[in-house]
Formats: sequence, C-alpha cells, structure tokens
Amino acid sequence: MANRPMLEIVSLEKRFGPNTILKKIDLKVTEGELVFVIGPSGSGKSTMLRCCNRLEEPTSGDIIVDGRNIMAGTRRDLDRMRLQIGMVFQGFHLYPHMSVLKNVTLAQRKALKRSKTEADARAMDMLEQVGMAHKADAYPGELSGGQQQRVAIARSLALDPKVMLFDEPTSALDPELVGSVLKVMKDLKSKGMTMVVVSHEMGFARETADRVIFMDGGVVVEQGTPDEIFGAPKAERTRAFLSRVSG
Amino acid sequence: MDIFIDQFFNIDIMRKSLPLLFKGLWMTLQLCSAVILLGLIGGLFVALGNMSERRWLRWISIGYTDLFRALPPLVLLIFIYAGLPFAGINISPFAAVVIAFLLNNSSYYAEVYRAGLISVAKGQWEAAESTGLSPAQTLIHVVLPQAVRNVLPDLLSNTVEVVKLTSLASVISLSELLYNAGMARSVTYNASPLVLAALFYLVLLWPLVRLVSHFQRRLAA
Repeated sequence: MANRPMLEIVSLEKRFGPNTILKKIDLKVTEGELVFVIGPSGSGKSTMLRCCNRLEEPTSGDIIVDGRNIMAGTRRDLDRMRLQIGMVFQGFHLYPHMSVLKNVTLAQRKALKRSKTEADARAMDMLEQVGMAHKADAYPGELSGGQQQRVAIARSLALDPKVMLFDEPTSALDPELVGSVLKVMKDLKSKGMTMVVVSHEMGFARETADRVIFMDGGVVVEQGTPDEIFGAPKAERTRAFLSRVSG
Repeated sequence: MDIFIDQFFNIDIMRKSLPLLFKGLWMTLQLCSAVILLGLIGGLFVALGNMSERRWLRWISIGYTDLFRALPPLVLLIFIYAGLPFAGINISPFAAVVIAFLLNNSSYYAEVYRAGLISVAKGQWEAAESTGLSPAQTLIHVVLPQAVRNVLPDLLSNTVEVVKLTSLASVISLSELLYNAGMARSVTYNASPLVLAALFYLVLLWPLVRLVSHFQRRLAA
C-alpha cells in the first residue's frame, strides 16, 4: 500500500478579492510520505496548507483525504474529517486555561467521544512520545516554546490523524529549542506518518523529506527529491530563492 | 446634633421599619437575579450576533445594542409599564421592570462579551476547530472561558450597575427596597428608614466593588 494517496490537492484555487493566492495547485501525497514545502513569503505555501483542512476556505478545487473529499458534505462532516487531519501551528495555540493533559484530552472527549480513562491514557502515551509526560499537570504558560509545540503535536496525534500538517512549526522558537521539535517530527516520520511540512529548516528537509516542493507566486514551480532541489535546482526562481536563504 | 441623630439614625424607627425593608430587599434580590441571569445569557447571544458572518444578524444586534444603550432605562420602564397599556398590552410591574432593565443591560453585557471574545486570539479558534471541535464546542470549552476571564471586572461592574438600577423600579410603585424605605419614611415622618436602605445597598454592593478592584489588579499584574 506504499503508493496509496493519503492527501490529494486537486486544482486548488484561492482568491482574496482581486488577488489570486493559489493558482490551480495539484499535489498528491502518498501514505508515509513527508512532503516539504519551501518558498518565499507570500508564495502561498501556508495558505495551501490551511486549505487542506479548510481553515482557509478554498475558492475552488478539491481536497481529498484518504479517498474522501473534504469539500463535500456538511459542517459536521467537516468536523469529523478534521479529526483525520492534524495541524501544528507556528504559534502553538495551546489552550492557556487548561493543563497540558486537558489540552490533549479535550478533542478526544468532545469530538471523538472517548471516555475520560481512555482519553487520559491516550494523552499520556502521546505526551510520552513527545517527551512531555512529566509536564502533564503544568499549564502552557509554564512551558518553553519548544515544550509547548511538542504538546501541540501530541494534541493532534492523540486523535489518530491520517495526515499531519505543519505550518512553520519551528519559526517562533529560540534556536536552541528547534532541535527538540524537529526530533519529534523525525520520530513521527519514521513511524510512518504522512506529513506535509511548510518550514525553512532546510537541514531537516535534506535529512528527512521524501520530496521537496518549491512554491512561488501561487504555483508549484518545481519539485523533486531533496538532492534534486537543493543540489541541482532547475528553475531560475528556485535557484534564486535557495541562494537567498542559504545566505 | 440630637435632631440629626433622631432624624437619620433613629434606632427605634429603624427597628420598626426592618420587616418592611427586608421585604423590599427580597424583592430587589429577585429583580436582580432575573435581570442579571437573563442579561448574562441574552448579552452573550447578542454579542455572538454582533460578530456573526451573516450581515443581517450583525445589523440586528448592532441596532439592538445601540438603541438600548442610548435609551434611558427609566424612559424605557415607564413606556413599557404606562405606555404599552394604551395598545392594550398590560404588564405586571415586576415583568415591566425585568423587561426594561433586561433590554438595557443585556446591551451592556453584550458589549463587554464582545470585547472579551475579540481579546481571544484567532489561533485559539483555529487550533480547536482543526481538532474537529464544532464551533459551539470551541466557543464553550476554549474561547468563552478565556473571554470571560479577560473581562471579568467589566462584567462585575455592569452587575453592580444592575443592582443600583433596580431602585428605579420604585417609580412605578414596585415594592422593592427603596420604595419600601420611602413608604416607611412617609409613615414615620423620619428619614432613618432611607439611611437603613442605603446601608443595605452598601452591604450588598461594597464587596462586589472590592472584587472588581481585586480582579482589575490581578489582570493588570
């Protein structure tokens, strides 16, 4: 089943007034694949990611997760399908008024209707996996950014998603905390999670990504293996971008 | 000096008017409970309407809050109690007071809620909804607790205003605390019952006012 498509983006278009942010994007992510998305700011990469769970409403196009089109159906269908699409944000967005454990159990209880015992057990497993089990009773305000982001990852994982979306997960972190989050993401990849990562961590991409996608001006300019994109980029725009970010 | 004490702090008269004042206090408390409880619930819905994506809902709730914050509550009360009967609509004094002050106060509560809801980062909505929570679940479990905490002093301040506002009900002869104190004054030809009523209000509201300051300081810290 290695080539089963887990996430398909089909001629996705997003317009804000007169501006077209995404121009007929097509992308297929197969099971267990890690797709790494790079591009200058304003290229539409974050918007594309946010369209994948309809936090941003696409103007047209389809988003198909494990064979089911999330653009079809009611709001309740969407809520149910969002359970299969984990999302990690640049700003973590943990709930500040709840303990770490409650952060990870809330959606399990309310959306998945798991029992308290089951949700707590699952939350502790996930917190263990991201190295945060010892902080289960702490509040988000007491944690470092890296710790908060790992809890946020556990919060998504606890719902058993089929795809995980990462929207610049380390951009808001102090440099010394980036590694701990990337390590968790690497673990996740090795366990077979399907992932789409928008980030500037090129070293992580070289090491872990199956495919790198370069976006600019709302289109996919170029894609290939990390070696192809970082070693021998074909498009002029890719070359210009890479030389800028590598200084 | 003796006249002063006799007129304002006449213990004997105070003791005699006590049962009547307690009766009035009970009525005041009932009024407050109704207006505050319904106001807190109604205000939330008005605030949500105010922030809705549907334009017509936004317009209705903005019109509502503008109208009932601009209209003096006493004008509203007298219109409902003494005006509506001309249209054949007769309302009991208690209901008239509750309706008039509810319209007024839910508008103020709505504005406070709105400020609170806006103060919660958009990322909180996004994070919660990305985990499959419905908009209602997101509101109840994630956004509202933070919003209320952020505007708790203002919610409490508004509640203090409600309690003070209910004394206006004496104008339409509803036997709440102030009205009964006035009755006792006119029967005894002595102002001590009014002083006693003022003390009742003080005992009722001073802790609340203290609490507002306490929360304000905690939020500022």
